[in-house]
Amino acid sequence: MNTLIIGGGKIVYFLARAFFSKGYNVTIINRKREECSWLARRLKATVVFGNATDPQILKEAQTSSMDAVLAVTPNDEDNLVICQLVKLNFGIQRTLALVNDPDNEKVFQQLGITTAFSTTHIISSIIEQRTALEEIVGLFSVAEGKVNITEVILPNESPVLNKSLMEIELPENSLIACILRDNTPIIPRGTTKLYVLDRLILITIPENHGQVLKFLTGSTV
Amino acid sequence: MAKAKNLYIIIIGCGRLGSFLANKLSDEGNSVVVIDINSRSFDALAPDQFSGFKVEGDATELATLKQAKLDKADVFIGATHDENVNIMAAQIAKNTFDVPKVLVRILDPSKESFCLATGIECICATIIAAEKIMTLLKEK
Repeated sequence: MNTLIIGGGKIVYFLARAFFSKGYNVTIINRKREECSWLARRLKATVVFGNATDPQILKEAQTSSMDAVLAVTPNDEDNLVICQLVKLNFGIQRTLALVNDPDNEKVFQQLGITTAFSTTHIISSIIEQRTALEEIVGLFSVAEGKVNITEVILPNESPVLNKSLMEIELPENSLIACILRDNTPIIPRGTTKLYVLDRLILITIPENHGQVLKFLTGSTV
Repeated sequence: MAKAKNLYIIIIGCGRLGSFLANKLSDEGNSVVVIDINSRSFDALAPDQFSGFKVEGDATELATLKQAKLDKADVFIGATHDENVNIMAAQIAKNTFDVPKVLVRILDPSKESFCLATGIECICATIIAAEKIMTLLKEK
């Protein structure tokens, strides 16, 4: 896979290294000369010096041969223009942009960027959801944050104890995907009953996440 | 600009172009809001011509655009010195806030076709200056 990363700093360096370990080809565009030579010395990436919002520089970086383009500069306007340029001028379908202002995440998606991610948003939602309930041991988001996968332990006060999945009315758009009981995974069916200290792997969406957790654990988020 | 209708105009960037337009359009009787990241740029607004509002903030931040009531605007003009800021804010104006008339100033001629593809009207200052110079050269 050919990838093009635009930006600088540690994020680009470590992204490039992670991509190499997966066997991807990496091209980097950076607008600082010293940083370009620093990156070129440490990575076996093709490093192009220049402003990536200039179509000519994108051409030099062989953009049309890329499978994915990632724009991770600290400027939202540059990330947006880069992703739109590679899509419109070079026909690249997979574009990822870092969004510094979390409000712009939706805007970017409306403007045709395949994946727009905001670090502020990701970090704050992890903190929020982790601190909300101590029974939650793990949480991560998939599909651009549209789906949550959570691990939750059923406490003594849980209102669903000793009931089967058929009996409880789990809120819509949520699923108990797996139950870990005494370290044995069980893929539940309607007749499977829930017991105290069961570890549930839950699939929820951000809109009903709190509601589902409250439903299963009895505590208020 | 038709004199009959008083327009609500938002201009981002209060540099030479932005302040010039703001002074003129405000003097003509339009409601003008100027956005600039640096409040000292507003010094370029002439008190005898400009009677609009000033918003200090980053035009690529949705909160700033909302503060300027972009949803009520008839016209949006992108006039900052960073053309990417102009292009991004213009697309937000057009797509998120449905502003009927969106105009941006750019400098790089190779971005003209890109702007058209994203559906925004752009004025490339370099092309206009170059064409004017070429015409004048041919006259002599």
